[in-house]
Amino acid sequence: MAALIFIFSFAALMQFFVSYSRSLIAASARRALSADVQDVIGIKRSASGDDFERVMQFLHLCPDRREDRNGIKAIGAYFRLLGAVGATIGKLLPSLRVWTESERSQCAYFAAVALDRRIAHNRDMFAEQMSA
Amino acid sequence: MPGPFEYTIWLVGALLEASVVVCSLLRGPFRRYFTLNLYMSTSVLVSAGRYLVFTRHGLASSEYTYFYYYSDAILTICLYFALMGLYAIVFEELGAAMRLRVFMMLLLIGTTLFSYAVVHQSESRMVTHYIVEISQNLYFVGLILTYVLWGALLKLRESRVRVIQIVLSLGVYFSINAANYALHNAYPSLRFVWAFLPPAAGMFLPIAWIYAFMKFDDEARLAPARLAAVPR
Repeated sequence: MAALIFIFSFAALMQFFVSYSRSLIAASARRALSADVQDVIGIKRSASGDDFERVMQFLHLCPDRREDRNGIKAIGAYFRLLGAVGATIGKLLPSLRVWTESERSQCAYFAAVALDRRIAHNRDMFAEQMSA
Repeated sequence: MPGPFEYTIWLVGALLEASVVVCSLLRGPFRRYFTLNLYMSTSVLVSAGRYLVFTRHGLASSEYTYFYYYSDAILTICLYFALMGLYAIVFEELGAAMRLRVFMMLLLIGTTLFSYAVVHQSESRMVTHYIVEISQNLYFVGLILTYVLWGALLKLRESRVRVIQIVLSLGVYFSINAANYALHNAYPSLRFVWAFLPPAAGMFLPIAWIYAFMKFDDEARLAPARLAAVPR
């Protein structure tokens, strides 16, 4: 009984976690990147999964925003989960690998939007300080 | 004996739970999500109670063990009320909220009786075994109910981001705890796993709800079909 509950719960956890992460990503998917960020990170409308680490490095260079800290952590965990799934089960199921790659690219876009928000926030803070 | 890390987790967890209620009051949805706030308020009180019992009797005492597991069962029941509140929000336009509440109360009573019946057959460690058994079953039934609610959200094409995120985070919380109690039941020696997961899940839930309350208002929407793990 306990083993059955464990297996079902683990499967449900994966499904809920994927959907929760997608709900975080979906909120930023419609947002267009500013021209400055597009130039800096080289992403126009769509990103690739390989961009994620690079965008995260830019994010770490930017002063933190408390509002998006947890969302970025959750998407970072989701990105690593996708990488692990793509590198293991994805080798056996090509359609799964295509899906994980598309999800990874959306994670990269989410990180780019977060970077865009951070830069805009810091610019506003700087402008406020200058005017004061 | 807990070290500074455990104390910090304890304190941060309680503060986060209190923050959910504060954020809900600040952003306005306190009454609409009353059962969620009730759960978080109870959780803060339980944390304070656990700390008191712990300081008076110690971590290894039977008083603390009983208080921990009984308060956990009470919190799970409060979480059922929170889930009922979410069902009421999702099904409010269909007018089926009352019937659903009755059904969920019957399910709660049924789960308790079932757990008692299972443990009654083995007389050894009757009460503590019963509490672990009932917690495992309550979390599992909670998980099933959350799963059904998630299915209903997709079927009804519910698009309110706040409701979606609250339901999904609740699903993550229930599944971590159900898996954890099942592991506890099956492998009591794996203490380093099942002692670590509940605090982690306990921190995740308030953070996710604070995010949902602060980031989105009740009218923020997204396409629910985008969220299904299996594309529709």
